[in-house]
Amino acid sequence: MPITLFSISAKARRRRLRGLMRKEFLQILRDPSALGIAFALPVVLLILVGYGVSLNAEGVRVGTLPTSQATNRPRSPAHLGEADILKPTTVSDMHTAEIELANRRLDAIVHLQSDFTDKIHDPLSPAPIQLIVNGVDANTARQIQGYVSGVLTKWIFQQSMASGQPPPQTIVPETRIWFNEEIRSRNCLVPGLIAREWERGTMESLLTTPMRMSELLLSKLVPYFFLGMGGMAISLATAVWLFGVPMRGSVLILTIASSLFMLAAVGMGLMISTVTKSQFLAVQTAIVTTFLPAFILSGFILDIRSMPMPIRMLTHIVPARYFVAILQSSFLAGDIYAILLPNAGALLLMAILFLALVRRRSSRLIG
Amino acid sequence: MGTQILSLIIKEFIAILGDKRSRMVIMVPPILQVLVFGYAATYNLNNIPFAVFNEDCVHASRSLIARFDGSPSFDRIATLESTKEIDPLIDSAEALLVIHIGQEFSDDLSAGRRPVVQLNIDGRNSNTALIAANDAQSIVGSFAYELLGSVNRRGPDAVLVDRVWYNPNLLSRWLIVPGIVGLLTMVVTTMVTSLSIARERELGKAISPYIIGVAEAGFIVLVAIYWFHVPFRGNLGTLFIGIACFLLSAIGVGLAISSIARTMQQGLLGAFLFLVPSVILSGFATPIANMPHLVQQLTLINPLRYYMVVLRGVFLEGATLSSLSSQLWPMLVIGIFNLAVAQWLFRHRST
Repeated sequence: MPITLFSISAKARRRRLRGLMRKEFLQILRDPSALGIAFALPVVLLILVGYGVSLNAEGVRVGTLPTSQATNRPRSPAHLGEADILKPTTVSDMHTAEIELANRRLDAIVHLQSDFTDKIHDPLSPAPIQLIVNGVDANTARQIQGYVSGVLTKWIFQQSMASGQPPPQTIVPETRIWFNEEIRSRNCLVPGLIAREWERGTMESLLTTPMRMSELLLSKLVPYFFLGMGGMAISLATAVWLFGVPMRGSVLILTIASSLFMLAAVGMGLMISTVTKSQFLAVQTAIVTTFLPAFILSGFILDIRSMPMPIRMLTHIVPARYFVAILQSSFLAGDIYAILLPNAGALLLMAILFLALVRRRSSRLIG
Repeated sequence: MGTQILSLIIKEFIAILGDKRSRMVIMVPPILQVLVFGYAATYNLNNIPFAVFNEDCVHASRSLIARFDGSPSFDRIATLESTKEIDPLIDSAEALLVIHIGQEFSDDLSAGRRPVVQLNIDGRNSNTALIAANDAQSIVGSFAYELLGSVNRRGPDAVLVDRVWYNPNLLSRWLIVPGIVGLLTMVVTTMVTSLSIARERELGKAISPYIIGVAEAGFIVLVAIYWFHVPFRGNLGTLFIGIACFLLSAIGVGLAISSIARTMQQGLLGAFLFLVPSVILSGFATPIANMPHLVQQLTLINPLRYYMVVLRGVFLEGATLSSLSSQLWPMLVIGIFNLAVAQWLFRHRST
């Protein structure tokens, strides 16, 4: 049967290719689950992540202990209410507070000892404020420490102003966060999440049956590519209009980068489905190579530079890594060619590599 | 009846373990993943590239910069000569942090004013930016405290004495590695169960993934303790009761998926549709407490959410069975509910 391929005219071949593509498209359209996955899943995921995933600590339950002298003062540092991140509650004594902390009903305890007011004006010894934090979630614990010490610094400053004394001399770190002044983690996570389209592109394309010819290859590639790009467009629109993530780069460049990425994703899906013969194995491979790495090795949440050397090398073969870098820059910083060019180049290289492998593999299957 | 079920279980085991490829699926990915992710998963910063623009080369400013050079979090990649060099370094992500010390620094310092150190941080990854800002501020803070402490006895003076329970060095690996135990047991058991298209008696289908799940979880727990040295402060029995409850719920969901799915393809999609949101909503990577109220309510039907608390509780807090009971019963309810649904659907379909 494949022999006839070489004996028919180019026009007939084009017509056949069109026919094959139409067949694939119709197949996709007939099965509502594929369409649902292409368009509904990215929106649902973005909404879940956009609203649900945040590394900024909120509603931290801080237990404060009433200390006879300290609470008499209206503006003692035990009044943590100024920061809405902290939700202070009063706990009767240290023992209860510790039990509450152990049972995860409190995240931190702030304790002023009874001699706090005496010591605060004693020039010889600084007055201690005890802060106990549940450190299981290291990231939240660090944020709690930061907030509480911020409240304390402000309080010391206010006390000095109120009593007419100059505030104690210190070096002021003036922190300027570029591109994301409020450090809203949503601004970083939502663009990063779009890179998870990768696993969908891969999953969808490997749910096709193994193919045999390069014509068939193209007829599979094109529909799934467009399906993936449709999902991508919806994700981008959701990010910008629903979540108000700033879009500082150009749409054209982002579209080009997304196409390269989608090409690599579909190429990888097709490669897995030609290499592995069973669908079960194909899906397992896809999960190992896309699902968890897109989450952990892409720089989406964790910083790649802090990982040990061998792991950093490994992240170079995760395509999502390059796309996350492009997305975060395009959204938050703008068109920065020093970021765009190397990352887009890597995606292009991967797309070519995967598709060349699929082509070689499938042409061998003909013979 | 009993022997029938037993032989069904044995048959199912042979089917899973006898096939070289599905044996690979059960063994290789978890080992690879726990090692890779165990090393990759850290929120702590190491070797973060930074640059310095110091317009005031006096002793004080240089010794402040020496603090940064000495910190394991930071790694100096450039020393700048002008403000113009700052932008390209941050834009291209070559440096995450650029420290700028102005000319007035030493004058302000000796005049008793408050000298300013400018920290410019790339905020494209908010979490890294937040941690880097915290680290840098605490380096500046402790430097200021030591340098100025002796002349500072004037206004009110208070120090924060902090004590961190369970994880004194705030290592995020201690949080994430127990989380990976949960992640991997869920992925493996849900996949194995939902892919077994159950046409036969469903009880036998449920027991072999159960045993595989327990073995898998046990193995990863050993890796967490002996390879990654995550402290194990609780009781092994408590942990295995937690694992048993979680597996009941994961397998329940897997069976419910396979009872709805008509083909293996649909089973796969179903498992995938369940796995992705449940990882996001489990508190594995980001705390549930940071989520809005409505999303927090939604996480209540996610079994992985409870399992994460159990794992971290037993590992780090040394939590007891009674303090974890509020996490265990929801998993049992989810499991029994899903098993009942699956059972009903199987029967419904066969007639």
